[in-house]
Amino acid sequence: MRRRFRYRKGSPAKDQQKEPLSLRDLRQGEEAVLEKIDLPDDVCRRLMEMGFLPGTRVVAARAAPGGDPRVFRVDGIEVALRRETAAHLLLRVPHTPNAAGAP
Amino acid sequence: MSAIAGGGPASATPGPPVPPGSARPAGISRVIAVVGPPNSGKSTLFNRLTGLRQKVANFPGVTVEQKLGRIRLSDGTAALVVDLPGVYSLSPRSEDEQVTHDVLMGLTSEVPRPDTVLLILDSTNLARHLSLAASVLSLGLPTLVVLNMADELKTRGGDVDVAALAARLGVPVALISAASGEGWEAVLQFLGGSIAVPRPIDLPVISDIPKCHQWAARLGKEAGYSPPAPPLWTRRLDAVFLHPVAGPAIFGLVVVAVFQAIFSAAPPLMDLIDRGVAASGEWLAATLPASLFRDLLVQGVWSGVGSVLVFLPQILLLFLFLGLLEDSGYLARAALIADRTMAKVGLQGKSFIPLLSAYACAVPAVLATRTIENKRDRFATILIAPFMTCSARLPVYTLIIAAFLPERPVLGPLVGTRAAALLGLYALGFLAAVTTARLLKSSVLRSEKTPFLLEMPPYRMPTLRQVGLRLLDRAKVFLGRAGTVILGVSVALWVLAHVPPKAGHAPKIADSLVGTIGRAVAPTIEPLGFNWKIGVGLVTSLAAREVIVGTLGTIYGIEGDADAGGLQAALRRDLTPGGAVALLVFFAFAMQCMSTIAVVRRETGGWRWPALQFAYMGVLAWIGAFVANRVVTALVG
Repeated sequence: MRRRFRYRKGSPAKDQQKEPLSLRDLRQGEEAVLEKIDLPDDVCRRLMEMGFLPGTRVVAARAAPGGDPRVFRVDGIEVALRRETAAHLLLRVPHTPNAAGAP
Repeated sequence: MSAIAGGGPASATPGPPVPPGSARPAGISRVIAVVGPPNSGKSTLFNRLTGLRQKVANFPGVTVEQKLGRIRLSDGTAALVVDLPGVYSLSPRSEDEQVTHDVLMGLTSEVPRPDTVLLILDSTNLARHLSLAASVLSLGLPTLVVLNMADELKTRGGDVDVAALAARLGVPVALISAASGEGWEAVLQFLGGSIAVPRPIDLPVISDIPKCHQWAARLGKEAGYSPPAPPLWTRRLDAVFLHPVAGPAIFGLVVVAVFQAIFSAAPPLMDLIDRGVAASGEWLAATLPASLFRDLLVQGVWSGVGSVLVFLPQILLLFLFLGLLEDSGYLARAALIADRTMAKVGLQGKSFIPLLSAYACAVPAVLATRTIENKRDRFATILIAPFMTCSARLPVYTLIIAAFLPERPVLGPLVGTRAAALLGLYALGFLAAVTTARLLKSSVLRSEKTPFLLEMPPYRMPTLRQVGLRLLDRAKVFLGRAGTVILGVSVALWVLAHVPPKAGHAPKIADSLVGTIGRAVAPTIEPLGFNWKIGVGLVTSLAAREVIVGTLGTIYGIEGDADAGGLQAALRRDLTPGGAVALLVFFAFAMQCMSTIAVVRRETGGWRWPALQFAYMGVLAWIGAFVANRVVTALVG
């Protein structure tokens, strides 16, 4: 049921290869590893206290109608984040050769 | 496996040095702090410990709610229990953490420094929650680590070696279920016995969160902790409640059900209380000898108390629903679904339920904002809540609409002119709320990019005990705080309406001080199309909006009843159509409610916000009424 994130058509990351992927790009059921949090210090701490630590696996769960905010499973709990926040939780990009547009 | 496991030698080491902070109340042998992360079942534990012997304490300058309770220990002495806000760490960053930190360090004058700590952690989430143990244990206070939700851990197939954990932490550990009471004796046993100060253990760098998490995870592993399987029922229920189609539909049904309860189930009960108050007032009037004191008691105090009591069924019903929604875990899902819509006016999902409550009464709505952690969002919600059409506006609306608007069908036989006018007034209030929210959130209460973080608790069956205690608590807050203010104001208004006495008798209301005040404000409200009599009504309705109906009744010398044809006829003689519409608009906007002002002052920790709110709503009401009067007069002539 759980799927690793894969590049797909229309994914914002496809057009901007240099941009790291964020939690925002995960669809329901997909999981990925958190790389870093690009947010102010106090917010970053709060997220880390909730379990959003670099190196942690995060699974995207259900969302409100329209896909925003979305619930994420991390470290045994579920936390809802808005898209605008999720976009700042950057993912470890898997260096797979079949990623679309890879050199 | 025993429910409690001791850690280290239980030597009765003398407690920490004489605590700073405030002096310990007489007869209190021990001060116990309940500490834990959010959603760990802290309040359930606190409620189980203290039962009905609890009260809410507020710390100056902060809006964080504290609960204090007393318990009798097995050795016969009494202990004070302090329920601290849920925190993930003790680094004082948020208001919650600051309060928890200050109380534990003995830096506050409100509460004596605790000499015993109950650290409550969710056993289904132990690896994560243990990181809080590092900072709490480093305080060196005698501590019992309470692992809660034992039943859930078991049914979901998790396990933990309590003795191993106690040995690693150096403090006793108990595995309990605060909701069902399983393993509960262990906590009482611990509190009744001699409590060992934790011996210093090798603690990680507490401020380094990743290291702290690693330490907690390793500790869990060493204590044989196997995390439980994912909550299957929560996943299943979320598949329905957060379904793209069924989710919003259920959400809508819940909203309708709450509304239905407020407006259909509550009125008969409110009627009952109203009649009870009236009957007992009449009985008092008949029993006591005729005197000024009797009049004050019956007309001032009794009707004042009655006007507050009458809203109690609505408020309790509302909090019954809110309690069930919150304890079951649905409230977090509702906030999630409502978030996008609320974000459009700059608010967030958690503001939705308080604003819905405000259709019954702004007082419980303001109290319900406590679930919003972001202070700016919370204040914005408090400030716009009184714009929602509360039930106290209904008698005023009904009276004036019935007096000035003939009933004709508008949209078929179901919606007539009067219903349409009423709906229009609801829309007007809603519009004012939304506009004000946008205004506030783009200016004084603009959030500092604080993201919306909402932990989704697993679904749980609400317990009667928890919901009951909450209802009792809300009833106490409502009657105590709002009641005293509204009582004082009604007595003051009664006195003002009865001085100066003429030949030993009360003066006519026109000659009384209230009448004088009414005439004094008359010039300022003349542009709105109101005469001095309406002015008196506006003054008395400062206590509560619906009071204007009774006041106008008294002034016109007729029975003050919204349905009474006499009062309607008198108003038609005295008020132009422009003035009538202006009066409706004025009531839609103005903050004429002492209870709300009192509650806002309490919840925002000062007079600044209620004063601003009162002034803003007053100015808006005046301008709105002025425009309405001009426009309608120009149209109707």
